[in-house]
Amino acid sequence: MNVPVEITINGKTFSDEVEPRQLLVHFIRENAVLTGTKVGCDTSQCGSCTITMDGIGIKSCTTLTVQADGSSITTVEGLSNGIELHPLQEAFWNKHGLQCGFCTPGMLMATSELLRTNPDPTREEIRAGLEGNICRCTGYQNIVLAVEEAARTMGG
Amino acid sequence: MTTRVFSSGIRRREDPRLITGRASYTDDIKLQGMANAAILRSPYAHAKITNIDTSAAESQPGVLAVFTGKDIEGHLNPIPTAWLIPDSDLKTPDHPAIAKDTVRYVGDAVAVVVAESRYQAEDALEHIDADYEPLDVVINPKAAAQDGAPQIHDDVPNNIAFHWVVAGGDIEEAFEKADVVVKDTINLQRLIPNAMEPRSAIAQWVGATGDLTLWSTSQNPHIARFLTSVVTDVGEHKIRVIAPEVGGGFGSKIPYYADEAITSFCSMQLGIPVKWTETRSENYQATIHGRDHVEEVEMAATKDGSILGIRTTVYAGLGAYLSTAGPGIPTILHGLMYSGSYDIPAVHGDVYGVFNNATPVDAYRGAGRPEATMIVERLVDLVAAKTGLDPVYIRHRNFIDPFDEDHDVVTGITYDSGNYAAVLSKATGHIDYDGLREEQKKLHKEGRYIGIGVCSYVEICGLGPSQVAGAVGFQGGLWESAIVRFHPTGKVSVMIGSSPHGQGEETTFAQIMAGELGVDVDDVDVIHGDTANTPMGWGTYGSRTTAVSGAAVVMAARKLKDKAKTLAAHLLEAAAEDILYEDGKFFVKGSPDQHKTIQDIALMANLAWDMPEGMEPGFEANAFYDPPNFTYPFGSHIAVVEVDPTTGQIELQRYLAVDDCGVQINPMIVEGQVHGGVVQGAGPVLWEGAVHDEDGQLLTGSMLDYALPRADKLPDIEVLSNTTESPHHPLGVKGIGEAGTIASTSAIYNAAMDALRPLGVNGIDMPLTPEKVWRAINQSKNGG
Repeated sequence: MNVPVEITINGKTFSDEVEPRQLLVHFIRENAVLTGTKVGCDTSQCGSCTITMDGIGIKSCTTLTVQADGSSITTVEGLSNGIELHPLQEAFWNKHGLQCGFCTPGMLMATSELLRTNPDPTREEIRAGLEGNICRCTGYQNIVLAVEEAARTMGG
Repeated sequence: MTTRVFSSGIRRREDPRLITGRASYTDDIKLQGMANAAILRSPYAHAKITNIDTSAAESQPGVLAVFTGKDIEGHLNPIPTAWLIPDSDLKTPDHPAIAKDTVRYVGDAVAVVVAESRYQAEDALEHIDADYEPLDVVINPKAAAQDGAPQIHDDVPNNIAFHWVVAGGDIEEAFEKADVVVKDTINLQRLIPNAMEPRSAIAQWVGATGDLTLWSTSQNPHIARFLTSVVTDVGEHKIRVIAPEVGGGFGSKIPYYADEAITSFCSMQLGIPVKWTETRSENYQATIHGRDHVEEVEMAATKDGSILGIRTTVYAGLGAYLSTAGPGIPTILHGLMYSGSYDIPAVHGDVYGVFNNATPVDAYRGAGRPEATMIVERLVDLVAAKTGLDPVYIRHRNFIDPFDEDHDVVTGITYDSGNYAAVLSKATGHIDYDGLREEQKKLHKEGRYIGIGVCSYVEICGLGPSQVAGAVGFQGGLWESAIVRFHPTGKVSVMIGSSPHGQGEETTFAQIMAGELGVDVDDVDVIHGDTANTPMGWGTYGSRTTAVSGAAVVMAARKLKDKAKTLAAHLLEAAAEDILYEDGKFFVKGSPDQHKTIQDIALMANLAWDMPEGMEPGFEANAFYDPPNFTYPFGSHIAVVEVDPTTGQIELQRYLAVDDCGVQINPMIVEGQVHGGVVQGAGPVLWEGAVHDEDGQLLTGSMLDYALPRADKLPDIEVLSNTTESPHHPLGVKGIGEAGTIASTSAIYNAAMDALRPLGVNGIDMPLTPEKVWRAINQSKNGG
């Protein structure tokens, strides 16, 4: 039996009826057709699906759509309008903080959560803060540098 | 300004779409009326299929069809291997896309469900009733090659798919003359590549026209088209393969997989588009693995540290079937590199490619060369330990002298250029090697154990001369082609046959255009990944894209420069030999003010109102580039680790990479490749490895169980470089994609052993987990 939900994603409200078992990441990708959020694993390890829900960073692959009913979500597409970049996006671009780009939406959203809770992190704190997100291309180094730059430009 | 763009670390042009979530990867694509496939995989590593009943699955909600091995008969030819190693008695047993009678690894496809939604397809898998009669299983490649081992394919005695030999010099004499012989058995464990994007395929068959379009997470869409044609019998001209945004590959997206064939088959049967995307756990079973070597190795040397010879017997696990490039990895890309950076008078290697009841093995970053480098660099360190000589001294003593062109080594190949001593000296100088050794002694007195590990590597890249490819049994060419097209407005489209997926060639190839013809990088679009709008090419792997595909772009640009000179001469009413070129402008010698820009020329050639006699209109050139030799990048890396003897924990404290990949087009991108490569090579030393139980179940079957490198476990990596141009490449480029991985496994392993040696430990199988290290230390304390 499907359940009605109403979820605001990047400022736009999506009303739909979903299976109670549906994962939030699938609602975002399939129902809202926002495919920036990625599925990289099935055990909540890789963090490619990271979003913010009511301002707090979560992994959308281990959240049910019904748990998100009534919430306000930001995905990578909502970080900026896509023309004027968010300082986080600028920093990842400047520092070569991505290669294949698949983990990047999750990394950006995880960074957003990291800087929300710790606006001026040390390098060690950045590394610890990103241990829930896996990148296979960059060896993390330029991601760490990007987060440092973002923290600076965002005035942490 | 434009001259400085070449060889500068400009920001990548592919990034805006990636950082805004606007890029489209295969699984992001949704076609009208598309159904979803899910594949039932064998839960047994080796079994007879006694019965499959799909009727219950067929009646599940949303299910459109269920197919088994019987259904594909006459529709899908076996999945081929594309590397038929000659003179090796290679056996190529059939690999059906869906198993019919026998399953040979956990993950072998048994049936496929097509349903309206993915959830429905996955649900229906649960309703397929498959019965199996389990057979004996063998996982270890050496065990699989022994008499009496479970037989995986009927016509392959002892599971030996091939026996390949590399030999040069007099190996018997080398070992007879040796003062010192060191031996080891290196188990280079099975690795799971873990590209972050799982594999995915969408097939769209249009019955009325006979056109098959396949969106695929491929590193080489043109090869995928070629092999799709071989397997489905659809004409190559009727197949379009699109590799859209691809989220990393590291070799795992080279092969043509059963899954792509099955997805195509489903679409062709049902007449609707069908998508299949693997889960991560499915990826661990069904996407290729890497390495899986048991290497029994020895080195002969004099007491003063001169290497006399290397002898190896290698059992290379191939998995249950031969993957696309499977046989080429432990042979051509491995054994031919046994000379490393050294003058070694004799080598002899026996490589046995062995079937085992596990996921097929193919190229994983470095592919054969990390395995070879490990042998050479581990043995060099063992010689150092036995002779009491310093590992850096021994390397210097045996290095090939610097050479600008062509140096033959004992394995029969010819290195292009090298200066091995220079990079090691740069590394030891930068890290203050002598100071580190002092520090090590001092800390030792305090009961602390740090280890310093060196790896001096050379690798074979830029694959490669097609004639050689043919001679070594690769069933394809290894050239690349490019089209450079100037539009009337002076903007440029560059179409390439290779298929970057994170390496940044949309930027570096635009930088090549800036360097060759003075155009702004933002005026260049590099198009790749779609067989319908790119020229033929063999793909992105083997650190070959810039080395081979980039060279094709250079050659096409230079053809246009020649044409531009002739047209400029005509327009400026001068002789062609009097036309000079500088920074995007063509002018008559002595009159630089009266010039035609490359954009003027592009416009005039496109308009063709006033062309010299006999000149074709348009401003476009194509080039096919077949490299005259491979490229041989090299470098020296130094790792520093500390072992805590009370816990067995190894901490990677410092890592320095000094690489020489020839001329660098974008040093920022080069450095990024080194970072990523080093970390991928560090993983297997410290954390990673596929573990099977005795029944062949993959115990490290999810990302939860397989320990990938994480941000908080790594130090910053220091990166330096050196430049020795490749003499045969038009830009002097060599390649950098795999260097980090090739070097770091050996450097970190050597560092760990250097730290453990005073504790009486001389060798532990990777990964060096705390438990293993702790046990080894305690075993040694208790008398070994």
